[in-house]
Amino acid sequence: MLASFQTLFADALLNPDQPIPRGIIAHNAAVQRRFAVYRNNVVAGLVKALENRFPAVEKIVGEEFFAAMARVFAMAQPPRSPLLAVYGDGFPAFIAAFEPARELPYLADVARLEAAQTRAYHAADAMPVGPDYFAALDSHAVGDILIDMHPPTEIVCSSHPIVTIWAMNSGERKLAPIENWHGEDALVSRPYLEVEVRALPQGGAAFLLALAEGRPLSEAAETALADDPDFDLTGNLAGLIGSGLMRNIIVPEPESCEQP
Amino acid sequence: MFRASSLPACTGVGFKPAHFRDILAAAQPVGFVEVHAENYMGAGGPPHAQLGALCERYALSVHGVGLSIGSMRPLDRDHLMRLKMLCERYAPESFSEHLAWSSHGDIYLNDLLPLPYTRQTLTRVAQHVDEVQTALGRQMLLENPATYIRFSESTIPEVDFLTEVSSRTGCGLLLDINNVFVSAMNHGTQPLPYLDSFPLDRVKEIHLGGHDKEADDAGVPLLIDTHGSPIAEAVWTLYAHVIARTGPIATLIEWDNDVPDWSRLRAEAVAAQTILSGASRASAAWER
Repeated sequence: MLASFQTLFADALLNPDQPIPRGIIAHNAAVQRRFAVYRNNVVAGLVKALENRFPAVEKIVGEEFFAAMARVFAMAQPPRSPLLAVYGDGFPAFIAAFEPARELPYLADVARLEAAQTRAYHAADAMPVGPDYFAALDSHAVGDILIDMHPPTEIVCSSHPIVTIWAMNSGERKLAPIENWHGEDALVSRPYLEVEVRALPQGGAAFLLALAEGRPLSEAAETALADDPDFDLTGNLAGLIGSGLMRNIIVPEPESCEQP
Repeated sequence: MFRASSLPACTGVGFKPAHFRDILAAAQPVGFVEVHAENYMGAGGPPHAQLGALCERYALSVHGVGLSIGSMRPLDRDHLMRLKMLCERYAPESFSEHLAWSSHGDIYLNDLLPLPYTRQTLTRVAQHVDEVQTALGRQMLLENPATYIRFSESTIPEVDFLTEVSSRTGCGLLLDINNVFVSAMNHGTQPLPYLDSFPLDRVKEIHLGGHDKEADDAGVPLLIDTHGSPIAEAVWTLYAHVIARTGPIATLIEWDNDVPDWSRLRAEAVAAQTILSGASRASAAWER
């Protein structure tokens, strides 16, 4: 068998309109039905992988809609790697452009949140530094410190209440009408083994993103204030220290200004 | 020489995270666990924490589903290196993969696809098995597939194909008895002659799993290898037949879909262990 045969076979798997390659036989001549087993295995397996990764999205749109949407995605963007647990990094962007889902403008952002959860789940382990470490810092140096963020940490910003919507569709909270519809920025982290999702306070996303970029604490606080005048530094610092988001705190060496 | 595959000759189960607490809570009628390699290729997190804990208690079989050994194109070196890292990290007693292909180009097709059995494909598969064993520094086991179609260009019976790959490369064989049954029913052949011609001395592990029974357009039974139900009576009978000939061999219960609670899975393991223990007693009686 030449590689070209496998090309024909693979094409016929992913495109039901393609003919089944010649040379395939079944003992009772039901070649179509037999080949359909492979076609179904491929598609059903990919849909299942997306269901596993995006359960809240599935809950929101229902099984049938989800399966149809996932099937279109799987045919358009089949996996490029056998690591199926992380298949679907492109699914949120696909949902954002998926015409039949247009009435749910928050759906893509909920998918981004769920995609981040899986990445956090599989990310490298690291011991977070505890509050003691922070308390021991010289108070004059605090503004200059750099934070090395824990690897499984992602921030998903949205103009919709995605954390609330996600929580209501993942069993974390009861389903209820959302009275105060406002944007929520999600913090997805895994301080130890449990993946945690929480809504960040105002300016919190700008603050953490600046820190993650390697900017010193004082600069990150200024960025957050510029982003949102209600940014509360004390509250955000307490959150940062308590949430296990820091792998390390780097205190830059003070520049020497002594005269010889 | 490569490190030989060395699973204990007892029953094992395909590990599911839902069973983690149960399987470690008490002594179990299980001597090894098997995991799908691709589920443990992330950098960290709960999968590795669980696998580390399991390895302290049980022998480990790493079973790959994504290497695409039956592909006519070159193996994915990145994936092979991920397997190497995994084997170095956990030093499993066994590594196995399938006589099938699952990737084409850079697309992963997520199924174990069949290949024709010819001189040409035999050469290619043997090269790939060599490459894997060289990269991992260990013997691998190659598993017979469950198939739904055949190829007019095939010239070599499946058993002869597997025997020849094993004798050229030194790989061991993983005999999936449910696959033997499923394929035989789907192709209108008999499972017993297949098993009786199988090179049982090369078998280092047996798989047992459940299948679904459907019918094709002509009303002919079509069995699907789903691993989502109890092991069929006919498969137990074939298993007992094989074990009576070989004596105890490491035997895995595979239940990957509609995963039952631990007690249900455990019952399947006990049933297999009963057959294995019967074989031990029989061989002990012969030796006396």
